[in-house]
Amino acid sequence: MGKTIINKSSLSISENGLEKKTSSKRLEVLKTYKIYIGGQFPRTESGRYYIPVNAAGKKLANVCLSSRKDFRDAVVSARGAFSGWSGRAAFNRGQILYRMAEMLEGRKAQFIDELIQQDATKAKAEKEVNLAIDRLIYYAGWCDKFQQLFSSVNPVATSHFNFSVPEPTGVVSIIAPQDDSLLGLVSVIAPVIAGGNTCVVLASETKPLCAVTFAEVLNSSDLPGGVVNMLTGKPSELVSWFVDHMDVNATIYCEKDSITQKMMREKSALNLKRLTFYDKVNWYSEEGQSPYFIMDTQEIKTTWHPVENIAGAGGGY
Amino acid sequence: MPVTKKKPVKKSNTIKLKFDTSWSYDPAPESKSAATIKPQYDLFINGEWQKPLSNKYFATINPANEEKLSEVAEANTADVDKAVKAARNAYEKYWKKMPARERAKYVFRIARMVQEKARELAIIETLDGGKPIRESRDFDVPTAANHFFYYAGWADKLEYAFPNRKAEALGVAGQIIPWNFPLLMAAWKIAPAISTGNTVVLKTAETTPLTALKLAEIIEEADLPPGVVNIITGAGETGAAIVNHPDINKIAFTGSTDVGKIIQRAVAGTHKKVTLELGGKAANIIFEDAPIDQAVEGVINGIYFNQGHVCCAGSRLYVQESVAKQVIRKLKDRIESLIVGDPLDKNTDIGAINSRSQLETIQKYLKIGKQEGAEMYESSCPLPKKGFWCRPTLFTNVAQSNRIAQEEIFGPVLSILTFRTDDEVIEKANNSPYGLSAGVWTDKGSKIFNMTRRMRAGVIWANTFNKFDPSSPFGGYKESGFGREGGLHGLLPYLSLKV
Repeated sequence: MGKTIINKSSLSISENGLEKKTSSKRLEVLKTYKIYIGGQFPRTESGRYYIPVNAAGKKLANVCLSSRKDFRDAVVSARGAFSGWSGRAAFNRGQILYRMAEMLEGRKAQFIDELIQQDATKAKAEKEVNLAIDRLIYYAGWCDKFQQLFSSVNPVATSHFNFSVPEPTGVVSIIAPQDDSLLGLVSVIAPVIAGGNTCVVLASETKPLCAVTFAEVLNSSDLPGGVVNMLTGKPSELVSWFVDHMDVNATIYCEKDSITQKMMREKSALNLKRLTFYDKVNWYSEEGQSPYFIMDTQEIKTTWHPVENIAGAGGGY
Repeated sequence: MPVTKKKPVKKSNTIKLKFDTSWSYDPAPESKSAATIKPQYDLFINGEWQKPLSNKYFATINPANEEKLSEVAEANTADVDKAVKAARNAYEKYWKKMPARERAKYVFRIARMVQEKARELAIIETLDGGKPIRESRDFDVPTAANHFFYYAGWADKLEYAFPNRKAEALGVAGQIIPWNFPLLMAAWKIAPAISTGNTVVLKTAETTPLTALKLAEIIEEADLPPGVVNIITGAGETGAAIVNHPDINKIAFTGSTDVGKIIQRAVAGTHKKVTLELGGKAANIIFEDAPIDQAVEGVINGIYFNQGHVCCAGSRLYVQESVAKQVIRKLKDRIESLIVGDPLDKNTDIGAINSRSQLETIQKYLKIGKQEGAEMYESSCPLPKKGFWCRPTLFTNVAQSNRIAQEEIFGPVLSILTFRTDDEVIEKANNSPYGLSAGVWTDKGSKIFNMTRRMRAGVIWANTFNKFDPSSPFGGYKESGFGREGGLHGLLPYLSLKV
């Protein structure tokens, strides 16, 4: 499990706290990869696990095999967090996304290490982590700007003041990209929460390590519990529940699998979920980020109010 | 000795106007002679009137007297295929290649011709659908013309609408419209679609095909390249043939949530882009500090406009308890004064119910409402002998869980509920699978914005209701559908954005 590095330090601490020359070896502390629901790190309620393996055949960890019940719990958390998160000042959401980037920056080494365990070269791992950090900064900046770009004051012909603004659609279920297990993950979560939604995310099945560690970053970033809920497990088991749940407003799916896409669109009709497929996006390119990703989980709300005495309504005051 | 209390005499400060005796209006009917309706209509495909391959026609009647107005063709799958081929051909051959500024001029031309024929269109709309001539004349037809005028101007300005993206037309749009605003819905669908460079196959509603066919005549007269707009008639099967046609790139549907869900399932596995504008059960909220008389007038307009055949109708009224008695009394007085009858009469407030089947649906809900324990009050107005009619009706003592508070009735039926606090009414208003529209009445500005922000609906009317404009985006949250029609936001459903 994991990588067991025997520390061959020649220094160790004696019982009385003094350093002394020794040849004893230090056993590495292994990490338990848990899921993240409502700001807590439980194990799956099902008690099940699976063992993803890298290309070299090395077992990565005992990873939680999340169940439908875990998903339901996560949706309850996400729904509970929605009013608070969407009600926050957009500026404040921007600060929290920036904080997420800061925390990720601080734990760069750990993410690079995990990506290398999951078959990336060192150079590619570094690039992916750097881009993931920058992507968070990018969306942190959008939090209080995209509304201005996509809002309008509408020049209606009657005596009314009328304006349209984007509003978050609600709870979003996300099946994160199977490849690009960190950059893809960050690229789909960031625009959803930047816009004020809350979400339940299913991490890459084969490369889940970064997702769990990213949940730890979220947990130390002032992001309220429940805004992002992270599950690990098998899309083949969970996708249908992700798109079936009556209290989920939108679903994001990133694979090209056309059979699954068809099934998802059929099921999404149940409560008319907004369904988005990011199956052609290259997360490393410029097109991997834009405010249009934010708009994919926004609604447009139009508000009317009468205006007294305009357009030749006569006398008045 | 027991004290015998004198029963207090109920005092009322209102003097009721006796509309039935002291006030009456002479008939003021609009003349039918200003409109021409042909005895039979074919399908408008590829710029010409084509006999249906189905060889079938069906009658369209005037719901106010059940008399046959005309008969229209029933398009089958082969007819739909022909229309889609014409639209595809027009897209590749003319519309895609035409400079956008020229496209714009065609749409402007349609807008002008709708204005020129406004009176005729209004009369036909009222005859075919049963809505009061006052509404078709002052609302449906002018708003339809304005919609074409508004979107025409967008045709050559799309690069300003989507920063950093190149907007491209989708191709052929299949459009299915409802019977409540037949011409206006045709305009809402066709105007943005062709302005953005798409071509169209549009199916009218079964009971109200005539104004869209009149629009087809206008499009013919406007000399639009053949096949850019194809207008066909038929019922549910014709609609299904459009939804399932493999060479359609975009489906735009306005209608019931049930059918919307069927469409969403039907397009699974295809790349068709979909927008759905579906049902609603709008909450209309009156606070105690509202200008009560204006609010009552707004509630009346909110639910009885177009016989309540409005997806965004304010069918759930929430009144703050302290003013509930007063508001309900005023509402009862007001519905008593509504004039129900001949839709062609310029004094008529409430016309005919659109069809027998819709009348049956409404009557079913009236029965359900009473069975559930709500109190029904209806206007005492007389109803014409022939045709489909429903008196303006309201229910008091309605519970949040009652079906008449949850389900869309699509008729002149108001369900009244009460509340005490802001939080309570928000909870109740949002407790619906729908989210199309909502209304709030209060004189306090900060309260308005608190409410408009927290209500989960696509269109919010504050101190007004049922207002529409071509520049104002319209569309729902949740099960009221997705996508917007109107305004800048109404362009996107007909475009794909390229980097």
